[in-house]
Amino acid sequence: MTWKEVFTSSVGKKLVMSFTGIFLILFLIVHVGLNACIWANDGGTMFNAGAHFMGNNVVPRILEIGLFAGLILHIVQGLMLELSNRSKRGSVGYAVSYSKGSKWYSRSMGLLGTIILLFLILHLYNFWLPNRANQGFLLGEEINLYAKMQDVFSNLWVVIIYVLGCISLGYHLAHGFQSAFRTIGVHNKRYNAIFTTLGYGFSVIVPLAFALMPLSFHFGWVN
Amino acid sequence: MEHKGINLTLKVWRQQNTNTAGEFVTYQVKDISQEMSFLEMFDVLNEQLIQEDKEPIAFDHDCREGICGMCSMYIDGKPHGPWQANTTCQLHMRAFNDGDTITVEPWRAQAFPVLKDLVVDRTSFDRIIQAGGYVSVNTGNAVDGNSLPINKNDADASFAAAMCIGCGACVAACKNSSAMLFLSAKVSHLALLPQGEPERQSRVMNMVAQMDKEGFGACTNTGACEATCPKEISLSNIARLNQEYLLASLTSN
Amino acid sequence: MLNAKIPAGPLDDKWTDYKGHCKLVNPANKRKLEVIVVGTGLAGASAAATLGELGYKVKAFCFQDSPRRAHSIAAQGGINAAKNYQNDGDSVFRLFYDTIKGGDYRAREANVHRLSEVSGNIIDQCVAQGVPFAREYGGLLSNRSFGGTQVQRTFYAAGQTGQQLLIGAYQGLERQVSLGNVKMYSRHEMLEIVMVDGKAQGIIARDLITGKLERHFGNAVLLCTGGYGNVFYLSTNAMGSNVTAAWKAHKKGAAFANPCFTQIHPTCIPVSGDHQSKLTLMSESLRNDGRIWVPAKLGETRKATDIPEEERDYYLERRYPAFGNLVPRDVASRAAKERCDAGYGVGTSKQAVYLDYAAAIERYGKIEVSKKGLENVSKEEIIALGKEVVKEKYGNLFDMYQKITGENPYEVPMRIYPAVHYTMGGLWVDYELQTTLAGVYALGEANFSDHGANRLGASALMQGLADGYFVIPYTIGNYLADEIYNKPISTDHPAFVEAEKEVSDRISTLKNINGKQSVESFHKRLGKIMWDKCGMARNAQGLTEAIAEIQALKKEFWSNVKVPGGINEMNPELDKANRVADFIELGELMCKDALERQESCGGHFREEYQTPEGEALRDDANFMYVAAWEYAGESNWKLNKEPLVYDVIKPSQRNYK
Repeated sequence: MTWKEVFTSSVGKKLVMSFTGIFLILFLIVHVGLNACIWANDGGTMFNAGAHFMGNNVVPRILEIGLFAGLILHIVQGLMLELSNRSKRGSVGYAVSYSKGSKWYSRSMGLLGTIILLFLILHLYNFWLPNRANQGFLLGEEINLYAKMQDVFSNLWVVIIYVLGCISLGYHLAHGFQSAFRTIGVHNKRYNAIFTTLGYGFSVIVPLAFALMPLSFHFGWVN
Repeated sequence: MEHKGINLTLKVWRQQNTNTAGEFVTYQVKDISQEMSFLEMFDVLNEQLIQEDKEPIAFDHDCREGICGMCSMYIDGKPHGPWQANTTCQLHMRAFNDGDTITVEPWRAQAFPVLKDLVVDRTSFDRIIQAGGYVSVNTGNAVDGNSLPINKNDADASFAAAMCIGCGACVAACKNSSAMLFLSAKVSHLALLPQGEPERQSRVMNMVAQMDKEGFGACTNTGACEATCPKEISLSNIARLNQEYLLASLTSN
Repeated sequence: MLNAKIPAGPLDDKWTDYKGHCKLVNPANKRKLEVIVVGTGLAGASAAATLGELGYKVKAFCFQDSPRRAHSIAAQGGINAAKNYQNDGDSVFRLFYDTIKGGDYRAREANVHRLSEVSGNIIDQCVAQGVPFAREYGGLLSNRSFGGTQVQRTFYAAGQTGQQLLIGAYQGLERQVSLGNVKMYSRHEMLEIVMVDGKAQGIIARDLITGKLERHFGNAVLLCTGGYGNVFYLSTNAMGSNVTAAWKAHKKGAAFANPCFTQIHPTCIPVSGDHQSKLTLMSESLRNDGRIWVPAKLGETRKATDIPEEERDYYLERRYPAFGNLVPRDVASRAAKERCDAGYGVGTSKQAVYLDYAAAIERYGKIEVSKKGLENVSKEEIIALGKEVVKEKYGNLFDMYQKITGENPYEVPMRIYPAVHYTMGGLWVDYELQTTLAGVYALGEANFSDHGANRLGASALMQGLADGYFVIPYTIGNYLADEIYNKPISTDHPAFVEAEKEVSDRISTLKNINGKQSVESFHKRLGKIMWDKCGMARNAQGLTEAIAEIQALKKEFWSNVKVPGGINEMNPELDKANRVADFIELGELMCKDALERQESCGGHFREEYQTPEGEALRDDANFMYVAAWEYAGESNWKLNKEPLVYDVIKPSQRNYK
């Protein structure tokens, strides 16, 4: 079997989704860890130090390229799979659709992913793009991201969109986390139970932590 | 036993053949005993249609005891109807109440074209088996059955997967029309036994390739298949298939 | 005259000698020979796969949408084999003896001995294919006991042995399809055999999707089409099981043997009403642990659970202390009928007896208690533990019972009643499984050969696979070796044209009757005649009446049947009409055979011939023969007798007391 055959088969495509998904989950851990620095309540000193490291060190910046590659692969492959899978029902669909037996969010990964994508575009536009532009997309001078956050999150609408984005992320993860491990072949009952529990925990805690940021700034829970 | 007669409205998909468009037709059936099976209720309806000089409804069925896998109705939005771990033929009218309206559709999937009314073509499943769902052993080549002890848990797990009746409910329930549960049941059945070992890699790769070729969708682990499977084939078989596939793709030449 | 072609020599050596001397076909010639296999159950799928492996060009036909659906799949209990893994005294001879005795001395010794000889190979073959038989903790194969035997020789896969074996054979078949050795025709029904110069040269089949008739050439035709239990309308057979293929062969000249030998299975779920379309079997394995009883008092109205122990009649244990609830099927069925006819039946219809698991649940509960070393256990806890064990052993059967009846068998005894299950009769075949038509073979339930007048549990699977895997691959070579000298016949040959015309004429006739009654209603009426007068007990008067009634029904069918839908399209009503027309003719022959056989043996119980205790009374002096009926025109048959010679076993009255 050639590599092309491996990755273009239905299982191979799923493996791509799984590997990139797990990679993005790891990224979320880094991201949420850094974000949590705002609650140091030191006027953003700690947060900005972390942000500076991520933005100004060559290692994370190279990893960033990988992150984008993974992200784009996950998005493109995901959308293509969704479209392809939808076409497999044939020309006539069901009059009464089957809703028992699976969770709504498991069936709506495409939709949730699309909402997350829209949120992501806004998010990049809010922070990443102005910062990198300021840096000349190299290792140049950064903007004060803490101050930028205070500015952006003063707008209630932005906060609402961010919270919605985080809720979508939560549900996306509720299915995606355990599904990713099933896809790479975890079939042992005990491990599956661990990954399922871990997945639910992750999908609640991490998005909640993310959502608390804009809320904290908007309602002045940090100073 | 209580013999209660109920009246029902049925909305049934009628389609002359693969090349024509179909539509729902509404029928009334009266005084249906709740002791009847769902298919016996259809027998009554068909008898009624014959007396009215109409064409009876074509539907697949054979053993009527839940094992041959031929019956295939999508009843009120669930393959094989509302009961758990059940086939259409074993669904009994106790599941319904007087005055209910029941919608009956064929399995819907690109890889299962409708042949007539509620009958679909599932030969794609046979072709998936042809791609590798067997042990290549000619008659007469076997050694003594007890020459190779098999761990009881493995044998039991293999049996649990081998119970698949090939009805296609998993495909019908799956939002992606994926045949992954069917496929994984066969891969697991044989991968768990030492007899399946020599062809382990080629089997999973060829069967997946055939599934894709037949026009089934890709699995997204929603679990709808497991929930509707008449034989309660476990979703973990799919994970086992994934593992088999991953190992095969990493180690094959 | 009938020639069974039994090889000479001692019984033990016959098969070995035959294999050593039969003609062979060389591999290059095998590729030129075409074999048609009709039916893809255990016999058909195993034969098609094996012949494909050998290199023959095989065409396999089934009316279902996939070969995996054949009704062999519904066999629950298990498959016998003389492996003696349990070290409990089993042997090839013992299996042979039990099968002959179980068949009430109406089977051919040589065939049954061969069956017994190859039984062990079947298990090996199935294990090699990946059939997940039940195993012990040590990893070795597990066995259980079955009716009519005193050793544990039944291999099983929970309550789905038939399914697992069929899937094994089906996978082997699909492998040959993928290799191009077998061409599979699903949703096709054989409607005629094409004979040229006294030899079968092909078939006419109908594509059930398009309705088109097709001509298929073959150097030999294997009929693996199962039994004809559906002649009774209600049976444990699948809805589509039919006699049509065998009947077409019969009308072309193949003798039909012992048609009246019908097996009535004792443990089925009783009929619940007029709507009933089929009956469901509860595996015989349930009799291993369940106890069968009826109330001891006439007119009992209490619920089963309220009837105290001393007011219950465990009639099998009472009448047959040695075998108890594990007597053979015919004996158990008749005993149930006897109790119900005497007025002791239970349930609303009073046509049922109880199969009670309360004692087994308690016994298993106590075993669990001692296994787990528990102390001071209440009765409720014992029962809860026992239920767990029973659930593990029979859970799927109990669930099925609950779905069908709405009652919970863990709490109340199941109600069961005998139902038509298997037909020992079938196309007459010689030792090589060839019918009296040259080039036409019958395998599995479709032939008559191995079970005599009654089949033992777990032997049908054994016979189907023996015929397909281990017998036909040898015996067909003996015939085909001469076929290599003949050129394949074109399907434009007049014989094909004529056969196709016969089929299409018959279909048009059926379609054009345009009467008032549905096919189903005729089938139900036929079934009622058969069950009432040619069922579990028969007598001369009833059978004579039945013959007249069936003849009248046949006339009515051909003048008043209504077949809706078109001919050149998928039309299940038309398929059914074709089958029911043949069932009606078969029904008449069955009654004729039952009337002619003035003795009781196995599944054939003539009320006039019974012992004072009500047991079957055989008449070996006058009826120790196979009745092979030759078709001689409408409602007319000629009886040919194949005497049964017992060289090794001495027939005696079957005794299970």
